[in-house]
Order: sequence, then structure tokens, then C-alpha cells
Amino acid sequence: MAAIRQTFFQECEEQLSEMEMGLLAMDEGSTDSETVNAVFRAVHSIKGGAGAFKLTQLVQFAHTFETALDFVRSGKLNPTSEMMKIMLRAADVLADLVEASREGREINEASYETVASDIKSLTLIDGKEEVEEAIDFQPTVIDFGFSGISVEATPEEEVSSSHEYRIGFTPQPELYANANETALVLRELNRLGTMEATCDASALPDLESIDPNGAYFSWSIRLTSEHEIADVREVFEFVEGEAELSIESDGQPEVSDVDIAALLAKALGTPTASEPDAAPESATTAQEIEIAPAVAEIIPAPAVAAEAAKPDAKAAAVPTQTTIRVEFDRVDRLINLVGELVINQAMLSQRVIEANFAGSSSVIIGLEELEQLTREIQESVMAIRAQPVKPLFQRMSRIVREVADATSKEVRLKTDGEATEIDKTVVERLAEPLTHMIRNAVDHGIESPEQRLAAGKPAEGLVRLTAAHRSGRIVIEIADDGAGIDRPKVRASAIKKGLIPADAQLTDSEIDNLLFLPGFSTASTISNISGRGVGMDVVKRSIQALGGRISISSRPGLGSTFSMSLPLTLAVLDGMAVSVAGQTLVVPLTAIVETLKPKKTDIHALGAEGRVMSIRNTFVPLIDVGTQLGFRETAAQPENSVAILVETGGGARNALLVDSIQDQRQVVIKSLEANYGTVEGIAAATILGDGRVALILDVDALVTGSFEESVSGELRYGTGG
Amino acid sequence: MQENEPAAKAANSEFVAFRVGAQEFCIDIMCVREIRGWTMATPLPHAPDYVRGVINLRGAVLPIVDLAMRFGLGLTESTPRSVIIVVHIHQQIVGLLVDAVSDILTSSADSMQPTPDIASEMAKTFVKGVYAVDGRMISIVALDNVLPIAAKAAA
Repeated sequence: MAAIRQTFFQECEEQLSEMEMGLLAMDEGSTDSETVNAVFRAVHSIKGGAGAFKLTQLVQFAHTFETALDFVRSGKLNPTSEMMKIMLRAADVLADLVEASREGREINEASYETVASDIKSLTLIDGKEEVEEAIDFQPTVIDFGFSGISVEATPEEEVSSSHEYRIGFTPQPELYANANETALVLRELNRLGTMEATCDASALPDLESIDPNGAYFSWSIRLTSEHEIADVREVFEFVEGEAELSIESDGQPEVSDVDIAALLAKALGTPTASEPDAAPESATTAQEIEIAPAVAEIIPAPAVAAEAAKPDAKAAAVPTQTTIRVEFDRVDRLINLVGELVINQAMLSQRVIEANFAGSSSVIIGLEELEQLTREIQESVMAIRAQPVKPLFQRMSRIVREVADATSKEVRLKTDGEATEIDKTVVERLAEPLTHMIRNAVDHGIESPEQRLAAGKPAEGLVRLTAAHRSGRIVIEIADDGAGIDRPKVRASAIKKGLIPADAQLTDSEIDNLLFLPGFSTASTISNISGRGVGMDVVKRSIQALGGRISISSRPGLGSTFSMSLPLTLAVLDGMAVSVAGQTLVVPLTAIVETLKPKKTDIHALGAEGRVMSIRNTFVPLIDVGTQLGFRETAAQPENSVAILVETGGGARNALLVDSIQDQRQVVIKSLEANYGTVEGIAAATILGDGRVALILDVDALVTGSFEESVSGELRYGTGG
Repeated sequence: MQENEPAAKAANSEFVAFRVGAQEFCIDIMCVREIRGWTMATPLPHAPDYVRGVINLRGAVLPIVDLAMRFGLGLTESTPRSVIIVVHIHQQIVGLLVDAVSDILTSSADSMQPTPDIASEMAKTFVKGVYAVDGRMISIVALDNVLPIAAKAAA
């Protein structure tokens, strides 16, 4: 049961994101029935699952929400932007409820009561409440009987406005494979009115040639009902595409409440005000799909029409993707194995080259093929871990709504490049810094509507969140069209806090980067949203811990852009390979500011053992990596060495003295802890092309370690990263 | 390799015997994952002197413990003929640097003699007991105590 429950919550997450996506599309004016339906289906599935687990609170709220959505779907409600706000808030509540149910806690009903009543009020347009269907979601008993599906036709009072439908229903094997059950469909149909169902078993083959997974029965159904054809179609909603379905209605006019003009308009793909979902197409869904692309082609003139038809066309073009759930441990193990394969292959190549085979020999050719294959395997395995940033971005739209509400600002979030894929761990660990930055953008970046109007901008602020691949890394940008960074204020604040000397000459970008200093906050009043003084330095540290970099650009009056550049995966790291006392060490590239060739006159002794290096008239502590790590007793001669200027997570700058720089390369990160333990000053290990192990420096710890020895423990910075 | 004695097989266990300096030691064969030749190790900073560094074992980073150094017998001179015995100790995999693997013995638990009571601190810490084989004395290594301290703390 626990496993099923877990699956349910996993599915809920998918449904929630589907729902959110649909709602946002609706918010942007997309009114096609497919979008509304998708949202409805998502909420409906959550409700269904929740019922099976007796999550009453969730069921009730989902039901209220679903009812409202149903109104939109059936055209009784026209989504206005006001209404969409309520819907989006309801979506947030629903997500909270799912979250609470997953953790097994109760949510105080009062906390979402307003939203619930708002939603309810949507369904009270005419002042009267529509008769709600009873909430009846018991776990369904699956009946495996082939025969004996007796669908009794309960005679109901004939209503004058009743329609007669002839339905042909031939389930395909997929229907059963997806755990749908014809008996339930028929039972549901029976609720609509008087029904006569005949089962056609003529296609049933001999027992010998029967495929146990096959589908051989078909039904012809005669239904007398006062419901519209759309309602009849709805019964088959969950088996759409998994069965051959034909619904014919005779005698009665099918579309009593839809005028012909609207009908025509719809057929032509022009969205009408009331987008009637009492779908007049009596044909099968297949035909509907056919129409959509045709419309997009034929009518070139009105862009609106083409746009309205697009979602349909897209839905038709994208075949359903099948997915499997795999535990992460398994994937990680596979990735480790592939990492070993790659190293092994590199070693083999090196050996072959050492053995002096002729360039055209079959060994070399075979090896080249192997190399290509391993690279392909590595890429595809890495792609398994990769995830689109879409769910992350969707979460951000909620943050924007909440912060905008709390600060009474009008802000819209526009996302771009959601399909960009990045390592799952990066996605997970990006959530917090991204939330922080989005909050900052809305709280500090965007001005109040009055200020915006005064500055000649639209009252509604815009925050753009974009992701893109750029030269082997992923770049995420958060741009707002707010006031930009108030540089005099930032400068004054930094001086006041003693972060910079009062007479410091700083360039604009240097001032902007002050925001990343620990203990810096520009907010004049500390709000509960941002401005607790832990903001941007924490963001910077978490980005650096992911092997990423962050930068700001800002234009006064036009807004600020925060740009993060992240590695595609945490399994590899960009590093600079350096030699120290005959050993190869790797310095993470993210920590490196620049490399310098020191002159003897640049180095000054300070105290008994300490040395500092002057770089353009600032003095930074000089750390001899060789002696610091105990690789040699006496310090290296600076004039024969190379200095690497590094910046720690805390923002402090230090120069590392190494013998020489080998090259810049990508290395696969290997844990030292697994078989040994943590080593002071070393973050991890990696394996070089010759098969030897090289150590990756932990710059923060190395710098901290040098302080501890020569100065005092008080200056200790975080050792994270 | 010595022949198994079928009669006493159930109570017997097999041991890998190896030379460290002039002395012979052995460990339970079930702890041994593989035996491989010496490759240059990458030294670890701040490591105890008996940790020779780390090597690459098919993609895993493997610390190498110099047993002679650990036992206080001086540094093992690593030659191409030196041997690394890869063992599991609890969840970790460690390579033991020894001079040579000498034998695989089958011995029953009751033929094990307690460590002779001598003053040596090393004997008390690292030797669980001894076997007498053809007039040789082979000490059984207490693997748990061989681990580097840092590794033990992390485990």
C-alpha cells in the first residue's frame, strides 16, 4: 500500500505541474478546450487518487476546484483574468494539500477557506448552486469476469428532451493494458439514462489462438438520455484513443444551445467568446485531430486563428511518450560504470600509442570506434540524469505570485527555455537559490505600480526567467524590468557596514558585486520576504558549490539581470591541472579569478612565515600549496612558480603558489570519503588519462587551513564548497 | 597452494599468507577482493606515514596502507615485485602493500594459537593469533585495526 501511495504522490506531482502549465496557458489567454481539459483531467485524477487513500480534505477541495473547472470547460464560465487569479491560487492550495497529505499532516482548513469559497463562488453565477454530484470515489473493485457483465438498464422517467444515441464501442488492447475496464465505462454510461448494450463476441478466436492481452469484444449501445452528446463523450474520456468509438445521435437536434454562427466559427478555427465545449463534432476524435492542422494551413490570415489551432495540432503531432520509473541508485551505478569505462578506454588508447602501432592498423581503427562508442554511451547515460528545468521554473511562478501579493505589486513571470535539460541534482539544488533570487527580483527589483507608472512603465512588472545551453554549460538568467541597482545606495551601505573603505574607487560592476558580500542587504526595512541579510552571498555560495558562477548586470531604470552559469552535471568538473612538487593537482575553475607570474618584488614577507603578494597594489595572502599540503618542507621560490588568484566562497581572495600549470580540462569527480575519509584541503579525487589518481583542491578549506596555522581561527570562513 | 583436507573441511578456513619484511602474516581469504601489482600511488596530504597514497582501482579511489610501516617495521621498499592485497574492511576497500604473497593456507580455527605474550605494542594491536605451519610462524592480522584513523572516524 505504501508503494502505491508513493506512486500516487509521484503522479500527483506530474498532474500538478500539468495543471499549473495549463492554468498559466489559460491565464495567457489560451482558451482552447484541450488546455482546459488537461487542467480538468489533472485535478480529476488527483481527486480520484485521493479518494482511494481517503484523503478527505484533498478530495473535497479538488472537487470544488474541479466543479469550477467543469464550468469553464462546458462554457458556462468565461475565464477572466480575475478568475484565473483565483484558479491559480486554488492550484497553489491544491499543491499544498497534496504536500500535506504526503507528509501525513492536516492543513488548517481556515488557511485556504477564502480560496475555497472564492472558487465556490465562481460556480454560483446565477445565484443558485448547481447540483453537485456526490463525492463518490471509493477504490474500485476490478472485476476480471469476461462474462457476466450485466449492465442493467434501469428504466428512468422519460424526459421530453431526451436524445437517442447509438454508440459503437470497440476497445483496443491498450485500453486494458492501461488498467481501464469496460464494465466501469458502461456503468458510467448507464447513469446517463436508459441503456441497452449488446456485446459482440464474434471476433473472439479459438482458445488456442487467443492472446491473453488482446481485446476481442465490442459493444453496440443504444442510449436514451437527456444529456448532451458532450456528456456522453465524457464517459469515454479516459479511454479515448484506446478504443474505436462512434457516437451517433438521431432524432434530436444535437446542438440545441449552440448557435450555428459559433459552430461555424469554431469549425474555422476562430475562437469565439464562449468557446462552446458542448462539442458539436459528432465524429470521432480522430477527425477532430485531422481538422486542426488543416485549419492551421488553410487559414493564413488571422494570426489569432492559427494560434488557437496550434495547441490542437501540437497535441496531435506529439505521440504519447512512454516512460518508466527507475530508482536513482541504479542510474548512478550505471553512470559510475560508464565513468570507469571512459577512463579505461583512455588508458587503453594511451597504451596502444605507447606500443607504436601504425596509424592505419586495425587496432587503432578498432580503438577509435570504441572511443566513439564510449563517448556516445556516456552522453546517453548522462542524459538519463538530465531533467528539464520546467518543473523548477513552474514552481517559480508561484513564488512570484506570492511575493507580488505580499508586496502589493503587479508582476508577471515569463519563462523561456523550460525544455533545457540539466542534471537532476543540479535542478534540486538550484531550487533554493533560484527562489531567493526570484523573491529578490520581485521584492527589490520591481517597483510599486505607482512608481512604475510615474517612470512611464506599465504598472505590471515583468520578471523573465530563461534557461539556455551555452558552450557546454547551462545559463540561467533572471531579469527584471525594475529600477535596477541603486548604486549610490549600495555603495553607502557597504561603507556603513565597513565592507569597503569610504574612499574606495569602484567601477559600476564592482559595486554591483558588493551585493554578493556576506552580511550585505540593501533593503531599508527588513521584510519577511527578503532582506534578512543572508540573501545574495548565500545564493552565490550555493551556486559555487554546484560548480557554477553568478554575475550581475544592471542598468538604472531599466532593470537588473542575474546570470548563472552552471555545469551540466555534477559528475564532472572544469578544472585547471597544476603541478606541485611532482604531483598533479586540480584546481576547480570556478574558484579561479586569474593566474599570474609573480616577480620577486611582488612577494613580501609578513610575520615569521606569512607571505603576501601584491597584485595591482592590493596585498593578498600567498599560500604555498606544496608546503600547505605537506608535499615539501621548504616553500617554493615564487619567481619559479605560478600564482593562481582564487576567490573563496566567502569572497576572500588569496594567491595559491604552484609550480606550473599543465592545462585546463574536465575531470570526473571521484569520492575520497568512500574508502578513506575526508582530507583537509582536498575536495575529491579524479583519475587522469594515464590512470593515476589526482587530487582536486578544496580552495576554501586550503585557505582556511593556512589561516589557522599562521593567524588565528577567528577569520575562519565556511568550509563549504 | 596447499591441498584441502576433506575430512576437516567444514571447520577450516582459508588464509592468504604474505611476507612483510622478514615476517609472515595472513588474512582470511574471504576479506580479499583481489591481489594486484604495485602502481605508483598519489600521496595524500596530512596522511599518516603508513598511508602511501591512493591508486585507481577501476575507477574507484583506493587508499594504500603500507603494512610494514603500519606494523612499525619500516617503510616497504616498493618495487615492481611488491604486491597490493585489496581487502574489504567493513564497508571500505583498502589496499595493503606487502612484499610478496607467499601461500594460501587451509587451517582450522582450533589450530590457531594465541599471540605469544610479548611486550611489543604492535603484536598486541595487529596480531589476533598465530599459526604454526611447517615450522614457520604466521601471524593473523587483525584487519580492523589496520585502517587509517581518519577512515575509521568516517566509517
